[in-house]
Amino acid sequence: MNSDVTDFASLAPAYPEVLMALGILVLLLLGVVINKERSALVSWLAVSLLAATGLLVMLQPADGVIFNGLFIADSFGRFMKVLVIGGAGLALILAMSNAEENGVHKYEYSVLALLATLGMMVMVSANDLMSLYVGLELQSLSLYVMAAIKRDDPRASEAGLKYFVLGALSSGLLLYGASLIYGFTGHTNLGEIVIAIANEGRSVGLIFGVVFLLAGVAFKISAVPFHMWTPDVYEGAPTPVTAFFAMAPKVAAMTLMIRLVMDTFAPITSDWQQIVIFLSIASMVLAAFAAIGQQSLKRLIAYSSIGHVGFALVGLSSGTQVGVEGVAIYMAIYVAMTVGLFACLLSFRTDTGYVETIDDLAGAAQTRPFVAAIMAILMFSLIGLPPLAGFFAKWHVFLAAIEANLYVLSVIGVLASAVSAFYYLRVVKVMFFDAPIKQFAAVPGELNIIMAASGFLVVTYYFTVGNPLASWAQTAAGSLF
Amino acid sequence: MGLEIGLGHYLTVAAILFTLGVFGIFINRKNVIVILMSVELILLAVNLNLVAFSAHLNDLQGQVFALMILTVAAAEAAIGLAILVIFYRNRGTIAVEDVNMMKG
Repeated sequence: MNSDVTDFASLAPAYPEVLMALGILVLLLLGVVINKERSALVSWLAVSLLAATGLLVMLQPADGVIFNGLFIADSFGRFMKVLVIGGAGLALILAMSNAEENGVHKYEYSVLALLATLGMMVMVSANDLMSLYVGLELQSLSLYVMAAIKRDDPRASEAGLKYFVLGALSSGLLLYGASLIYGFTGHTNLGEIVIAIANEGRSVGLIFGVVFLLAGVAFKISAVPFHMWTPDVYEGAPTPVTAFFAMAPKVAAMTLMIRLVMDTFAPITSDWQQIVIFLSIASMVLAAFAAIGQQSLKRLIAYSSIGHVGFALVGLSSGTQVGVEGVAIYMAIYVAMTVGLFACLLSFRTDTGYVETIDDLAGAAQTRPFVAAIMAILMFSLIGLPPLAGFFAKWHVFLAAIEANLYVLSVIGVLASAVSAFYYLRVVKVMFFDAPIKQFAAVPGELNIIMAASGFLVVTYYFTVGNPLASWAQTAAGSLF
Repeated sequence: MGLEIGLGHYLTVAAILFTLGVFGIFINRKNVIVILMSVELILLAVNLNLVAFSAHLNDLQGQVFALMILTVAAAEAAIGLAILVIFYRNRGTIAVEDVNMMKG
């Protein structure tokens, strides 16, 4: 367990993070040195770095615990890291077209996105309250700046300010919980905490700590009642930044949640289960009803993402290996759907800027049939209609909940899913049955590719990626038990 | 005789500071700078907790954790102020009630 850090080979489980950190330093230097007009080069190099890191994660030879127990590399972390890196890379590609208009043309944007991704990888692999906190803050501090990166836009700076204040509050809650857990178990290492809890049993102080810690993480995955920042930040931040927020950080925070409750707090399952079930029901129900009145597309997507976090938590509530497997699959499908959705959103651009409200999409099926068709497919998938991918995502998590006898939770989830169909279908209705009012600009090539890939995966999920993904998620979930 | 100051006292002070910090964020209707100060108050409450536990448990990890938090808190304050400056440039105000362009 105690590795000698002077020996480079002993760092093998952390090679992807090392590569990432070195790559970031090189890109930062390159960004400063080269001509300002060539920041697209830095963007592409950032995407290549993410691809290389993702490849290294997949081929990673060594599992294990290093840095005196601060860092763990296992199959579960590997699965989630691939999702995080994939989500971050795709979000960077989405940011390339019309970067100037969105304020994300500066090379700092790519570097910040990479730093946030590195923080998320540390979160995914955290095996100690300290490394958990440092990873979380590396991610959060980068994200605050990314939200406000369009400096001359009042809405973006307001989004950055709101995100910062509520993010700092959530870090404070998380830390207060961490300090109580340290005080009542005597350890910061997650592996030693679980032994301490198993030996000494639960105490009131420990339960307080768990509640605060989970509240802090719930902020990061934007589960109700800790969701209030999400719609404002999603609306105010430039769309490519919103796309980044909607994918990788959610996966990383969800991984943290899973690792904490399934591993560290396993001896007090009945306690955390109540918290997770409450978060799950509140997220599903509130998102389903709050989204109905929204006019802004990005606010709609924000509430949709809150709802999807609620559905993913249904799987986690079961506290079983099948449940974790379901959440892993859910997050993978969620990323695939979200990237397509944001590619569609970025494709609807008029002379005056990006479309903001649902009504702006009127008649898009006539002016932009391909984009509208992909968007409709994704909406049906987000509802969870078979045979699209979204159906299988929900099927896995609800199956786990029913196996764990959580019937009430499952019924509420299915009902919330039915209610949410209303606002998804409203978008489809506006696109296909209203008369066109706007002329849209030409769609950049890479967005077409991403939309086509997302649509293809969502439609053919059962025949193509479904089985390999499920078996990979099974291996991943197995490493936690 | 005399009052013995034990772990419980430290935890109580930290809990009061933490509560003050949280209320400072939610009840404060005046100035965003006060919110930044409240965030610092929360982090200091956590540090007090950690150091008290560390002394009580005779274990150094808590103090290492507190040092980490101090460092990150400095970075956090720097970024918070930077965002606040941008906000002020765009809007000409840092009153909490003016942070209201988006709601729903």
